[in-house]
Amino acid sequence: MKPKETAEHYILSSSPHAHARCSVSRIMLDVLIALLPTTAAGIWFFGMPAVWTIATCVATCLAAESLCRLAMKRENTVGDLSAVVTGLLLALNLPAGIPLWMAAVGSVFAIAVCKQVFGGLGMNPFNPALAARAFMLISFTGPMTTWMRPIAHGCDAATHATDAVDAMTCATPLAFIKKGDYSQLPDLWNLLIGNMPGCIGEVSALALAIGAVYLLWRKVITWHVPVAFLAATAVFAALVGAPIHAHLLTGGVMIGACFMATDYVTSPITAKGKLIFGVGCGVLCMAIRRYGSYPEGCSFAILIMNAVAPLINRWTQPKPFGAKK
Amino acid sequence: MKTVKSAFKFKGGVHPDYNKELARAKAIEQMPVPAELVVSMSQHLGAPAKCVVKPGDYVVKGQLLGEKNGFISVPVHAPASGLVKAVEPRQGPAGGKAPAVVLDTTAPAPEGVDASPRTLPPLDWKTATREELLARVNDAGICGMGGAGFPTCVKLNPPPGKRCEYLILNGAECEPYLCADHHLMLERADRVRVGVEIMRKVLGECAVRIAIEANKPDAIAAMEKAFADVAGNVEIVVLPVLYPQGSEKHQIFATVGRVVPEPPALPIDVGCVVENVGTVAAIANAVERGEILLSRVTTVSGDAVAEPKNVEAPLGTKYADLLAFCGGAKEHPAKVISGGTMMGFAVPHLEIATTKTTSGLLFLSPRRVFQYSSQACVNCGRCVRACPMNLNAAEIAKAVEADDVQDAERLHVMTCIECGACSFSCPAYRPITQFCRRAKNSIRARIAAEKAAAAKAAAAK
Amino acid sequence: MSAILLAVLCVAGIGLVAAVALAAADKYLSVKEDPRIGMITAALPGANCGGCGFAGCDGYARALVAGTAPNGACAAGGDACAAEIAKILGVEAAATEKRVALVKCCGTRSEAIRVGDYNGICDCNVAAATAGGDKGCAYGCLGYGACANVCPKHAISVVDGLAKVDKRLCIGCGKCVKACPKHIIELVPAAATIHVLCANPDKGPAVRKVCGVGCMGCHLCERNSGGKEANHFAFQGFLAKINYENPPTDEQIVAKCPAKCMSVDPHFETGH
Repeated sequence: MKPKETAEHYILSSSPHAHARCSVSRIMLDVLIALLPTTAAGIWFFGMPAVWTIATCVATCLAAESLCRLAMKRENTVGDLSAVVTGLLLALNLPAGIPLWMAAVGSVFAIAVCKQVFGGLGMNPFNPALAARAFMLISFTGPMTTWMRPIAHGCDAATHATDAVDAMTCATPLAFIKKGDYSQLPDLWNLLIGNMPGCIGEVSALALAIGAVYLLWRKVITWHVPVAFLAATAVFAALVGAPIHAHLLTGGVMIGACFMATDYVTSPITAKGKLIFGVGCGVLCMAIRRYGSYPEGCSFAILIMNAVAPLINRWTQPKPFGAKK
Repeated sequence: MKTVKSAFKFKGGVHPDYNKELARAKAIEQMPVPAELVVSMSQHLGAPAKCVVKPGDYVVKGQLLGEKNGFISVPVHAPASGLVKAVEPRQGPAGGKAPAVVLDTTAPAPEGVDASPRTLPPLDWKTATREELLARVNDAGICGMGGAGFPTCVKLNPPPGKRCEYLILNGAECEPYLCADHHLMLERADRVRVGVEIMRKVLGECAVRIAIEANKPDAIAAMEKAFADVAGNVEIVVLPVLYPQGSEKHQIFATVGRVVPEPPALPIDVGCVVENVGTVAAIANAVERGEILLSRVTTVSGDAVAEPKNVEAPLGTKYADLLAFCGGAKEHPAKVISGGTMMGFAVPHLEIATTKTTSGLLFLSPRRVFQYSSQACVNCGRCVRACPMNLNAAEIAKAVEADDVQDAERLHVMTCIECGACSFSCPAYRPITQFCRRAKNSIRARIAAEKAAAAKAAAAK
Repeated sequence: MSAILLAVLCVAGIGLVAAVALAAADKYLSVKEDPRIGMITAALPGANCGGCGFAGCDGYARALVAGTAPNGACAAGGDACAAEIAKILGVEAAATEKRVALVKCCGTRSEAIRVGDYNGICDCNVAAATAGGDKGCAYGCLGYGACANVCPKHAISVVDGLAKVDKRLCIGCGKCVKACPKHIIELVPAAATIHVLCANPDKGPAVRKVCGVGCMGCHLCERNSGGKEANHFAFQGFLAKINYENPPTDEQIVAKCPAKCMSVDPHFETGH
């Protein structure tokens, strides 16, 4: 039987009755758009293995999200695109040529264990992509630290044609920094465009910067976290006498500062909190790089700061307009 | 007199679609008295007026229908002559029921009844005493016409020890769609001028600031003309277009740079009195012409209305009559809002009638209406950046959602002015403002219960 | 060998010092408490529902021992519990009757008119504060589950826009009675089977306008159950109310109700 309604029947809701018309899915779409240059650069440098890794991660994340929601008997949230973002970010944080089943396991871990177990988008304490990367780094240490040499476009036709991944592996610039061997570092231009070994999405600082500018322009992120993160990294490097440009442009610092540490759910909400968070990320990242046993500490730094974010939120409550203290 | 730009910018605020072009060019139209009026006894903030008529009585225009009932209250008068059909509880715009007098304005006057409208004797404000003027503002039934409806004579009579240094005229009209105050300033600038002189006399010599948003250059020009030869410290302050520029606290900050402390502090605590321009014009009419407040200008707008208009309608005009006067609906509206889109009330039907605070009536098509959702907060911080009171709206909403009203109170939810900037900017479409309102209501109920218990305990002793 | 010995000695030493400290603390720092509080808390159901008006079972136990609360306020525990408490306190127990909550409305989505489409926080109190709620009947159940949210036993479910109580699970704590903004939940004797499921005291035509199953005050139920003298009903305006001191038992009157607002044992089973 059709519910009885009066002839007038208007929508009743509490004010306001106007909306800025922004939405979570639009924000996620903006993040995906901002990641396009990076994704393109990654594919340019690492070729088909990068494409397969990205496709695997995104597809697995979407499937895992759907299945989790189904199992939890809640509405499907694939439409908010957050699973696509997680999948893409995870793929960009993996070395090209990693066995695809490992990428799939990492994706399932990211969505099922790091996100849906906590209740889905908005409830996760840690950035799912980073937590999954950390999980993979510990579980599959070998493949996760085996780096492909970037394809030398136009320079060396022989290398371009070869598909033997193992033959192409080499050390990342961060490994040289760790050894204190700065002479082996690529020149500034190659560091900037990303012509060096590393994860698919972390190598091209230029592409990442373009994406970050897009996000800032769209007001998806604010400047606080990236600026604080990069500034803290640079200052730390300067203080210990390490090459500043190399620390900023290699490893996960750029993608971390622009895309991972700016994740809404796992970073503080106020401007002051974001600054503290960014500085913490930068300092921890440099501390791990400098004094830890890993050559790279960016993901761990952000994960540790994720854990501290609620505490920072508590410290940095905004002072209401007109309040005394 | 000079025109200055606002020197102070408050934190936060949002830029909704203003949609003012719908009614901006429409001069104020007088609406004829409809066949039935529903005059609520609760058109103002505070205790409802006490009804003094009964069904079957014939009342003439301007006759007292309800008398002032307590200190924070104002009297209510008949907006037109007619027969009292009923005195019964009727739903008001905000949803609550209050006693209302239903008038049949088509009924002929019984024989022997003097059917001429009741007015008050005109007063010369230059010679009248302060007490006479205050009494007049009270007798004319004037309350704040911006939205809250605070009794004006109470506001004009600061408690001992507090002095008004700045009289601020609120002509910001930052609510989308509304143009009522805009047109009042354009067409009745002289009334505003006289009203200001009267208020200055009542409040004692004080500086005057006329606050108008920059999107109303013609209103600014009209005010400049009307106040060209004014004596004393009078300034027109042009405010940047930003919602909620019309909020009392933010207007005080934007015009004179003073910050009103957290509740229960009032503007008078920082030496300011803020009054809506419509109220000021009503004061001028009440004193100079002896007119009782029986009608007000209301903007009827929205994309589902055939002819958006600025209408001067008798108080108690039913929304259905207002809609008919504006050519009816173009299509079935999805939402009807009494007031503006940011702070107005959605109403369930059109039998609800206008009050002294009805600044607008909006009919929105489904394309202009959005739905709130129960999605989780993604912690994006847009609400925190938008909040003009600098509250952590996201965390307050989460606390209320988890039924932790105490935590919401710790996060200063009582400071919330319910402007709606948080819900407006939430990408998850969470009803954040409603969460705040819910917390405030339950805290108020708790405080009232505690007070009652304390009073009971004191009485028992 | 000596290292192991040293470790054992260290741990044993620490244990000894801690034991002495704890013993001393127990002797000199302990808070003396009436042992009956613990006994009564144990006798209470331990649901901590708060239906008695105190902060959990422990709070009620303290109030009982202090003599500031009457025995029998625990609806969940019922007579057996009250008797046990009386034994502990050494007083006589008064017999209480098992009561359960009843939502006095049967205006489902297909019967009661909705005047609007409420969109916002899913809670009756908030919905009622928004334009007076979306239900045409000002007395009807809004169906946003304020009662279900406070029920400590999950005995209330909202089905088809209407809150329903599972009689088997209800412990009669009365929390839902306080939570309902429309004040239409009542604690009724669990033994009573015939109920009037309406709370609208308005005149018949006004009720008909907003609901297909509202009481119109026709008094037919009263007439069919032996008239006024039988004293099974009381009327409030145009609303029939069961006199639960003397409830009717003839189920015929339910079928004969022209408004269809009466029911035989309407208590709903949630299925868990």
